[in-house]
Amino acid sequence: MKRYGKVTALAGVDLVVPQGTVLSLLGPNGAGKTTTVRILTTLLEPDEGSATVAGVDVLREPRQVRRRIGLSGQYAAVDEHLTGFENLDMVGRLYHLGRRRSRERARELLELFRLTEAGDRPAKTYSGGMRRRLDLAGALVAEPPVLFLDEPTTGLDPRSRMDMWDLLSQMVRGGTTLLLTTQYLEEAERLADDIAVIDHGRVIARGTADQLKDQVGGERIEVVVTEDAGVEAARAALQAIAVGEVVVERHSRRLVAPVSGGAACLVEALRRLDSAGVGILDAGLRRPTMDDVFLSLTGRPAEEDVEGGQGSPGAVPGGPPAQRRIDLDQDASTGMRR
Amino acid sequence: MNAVLGALADGSVVAKRNLIHIKRVPDLLIGTLISPIMFILLFAYVFGSAIPAPDGVNYREWLVPGIFAQTVIFGGTITGMGLATDMQKGIIDRFRSLPMAQPAVLIGRTSSDVVTNILTIAIMAATGLAVGWRIRTSIPEAVLGFALLLLFAYAVSWAMAYIGLLVRTPEAFQSLTFLTVFPVTFIANTFVPIDNFPTVLKVVADWNPVSSLVLATRELFGNVGPAGLVRAPEAWSLQHPVAYTLIWVALILLVFVPVASRQYKRATSR
Repeated sequence: MKRYGKVTALAGVDLVVPQGTVLSLLGPNGAGKTTTVRILTTLLEPDEGSATVAGVDVLREPRQVRRRIGLSGQYAAVDEHLTGFENLDMVGRLYHLGRRRSRERARELLELFRLTEAGDRPAKTYSGGMRRRLDLAGALVAEPPVLFLDEPTTGLDPRSRMDMWDLLSQMVRGGTTLLLTTQYLEEAERLADDIAVIDHGRVIARGTADQLKDQVGGERIEVVVTEDAGVEAARAALQAIAVGEVVVERHSRRLVAPVSGGAACLVEALRRLDSAGVGILDAGLRRPTMDDVFLSLTGRPAEEDVEGGQGSPGAVPGGPPAQRRIDLDQDASTGMRR
Repeated sequence: MNAVLGALADGSVVAKRNLIHIKRVPDLLIGTLISPIMFILLFAYVFGSAIPAPDGVNYREWLVPGIFAQTVIFGGTITGMGLATDMQKGIIDRFRSLPMAQPAVLIGRTSSDVVTNILTIAIMAATGLAVGWRIRTSIPEAVLGFALLLLFAYAVSWAMAYIGLLVRTPEAFQSLTFLTVFPVTFIANTFVPIDNFPTVLKVVADWNPVSSLVLATRELFGNVGPAGLVRAPEAWSLQHPVAYTLIWVALILLVFVPVASRQYKRATSR
């Protein structure tokens, strides 16, 4: 539990991350993701509750925790006047790797993160993606068993984001336990074994990406037909396989049908539309997005300022907020209890 | 003992980082070096033409220790500025997540201010000599004078460290220090004698540690004329300027080393 004055930033976060796995904290801005990471990395003391990282109590032995973790925060924490090499060398010295090992490790990491060429240039000449990579390299200097990454791809262009994902996947294959925060379901899905959805300081759902999406039930087929005359026939054809009401947008000749069953449903839908003689301009299966998960779990859009989320057809699967929890208890290397 | 050595070793790594900054961003240092030269020349020739020799000493000679004091006090603000910048950029979070000795960042920062201040004092002394300032006492007294300046500035660095961690942005820090350091260094015997100040200002100036620091260094360099030596100041602070300055140094360190360290432990950017 963490309060700032009257604001309770963190109220009910109860997490266990087994060694060598990836947990993603998924939630909008202000949900409590960063506060959680800061408590686990000893930067903040909780007002109530306890946490252990790699078997060490965060409150009782913060310095022992710091030996075992790497942190890459939301803002690339690199010293822009130092070169990439100097940044990493300094971090190595402060992890007490010794002069020689720090230098070696700095060169290794520059190589791994494709920064060798830029390694002797001041970091202020780096692009956003390069700074991010350097920051992440800083978190890896001491080869920590547990890694915390707070929105590692926020502010990156799509290409840099893909690069970052590749790098993170490599590290995870190497056996690192990773706690990752993100605003993107896609990112959580791509990297995490397990996802905890967090909102207003509480974990409101927990599971794999597929489990969460199934729980949301937001999978749907979207079809655009070629002629106005085909709309009714298409509606009838889709309704036969839909799990809820088919929504029709007449002016754009678009139909949205909630389904469950993935690609097989789409094949079936196309077969039925074809045999009904409906001309199709566009058709596709749409999986739930972060917004859909949020809407379903909290009854409101992920971002308070997002408008029209409610208005888009088929985006409201409705139903009460699901509270299913999946707890992983075995060999916990990182845990946190309210 | 091991903890102390560890803190010093980590502090030296952080200090090295700050010294690399000075090398990479020379405009920073040039600003710190040029402004005291400008101050000496401006005050010496603009004010000097209007101010009669105080205590029977050439104004330019009398002025230089005042500029020394003002400049090293500003030198002590670099720590706070750097910490405010580190807060804003999230670098403090990185440092705080490392298994380094907790006070190392503050030790490293404040010690690199000392290095910068030694450099600026050297430049100012050279400029001073060029406009007629002289050390008229013994070498030990002169060394004590410079040591007192550096010590006082070191204490100021710790106070500024606290402020820098508190305000979190370099912009806020800069306006805050501008609004405090300027009055504190002006309401003193830094640039003009305080004898003719209005009563309230004179009391403030008498007990302002900047006055005692300036007077102490003037006496230690021998820049007080025969008249100044004969006429005893009324305030105890100025009768014992070295002791009074040292009391302030101790006081500032006793208060601000703990509060700055505590603030650092709680500091997280944004």
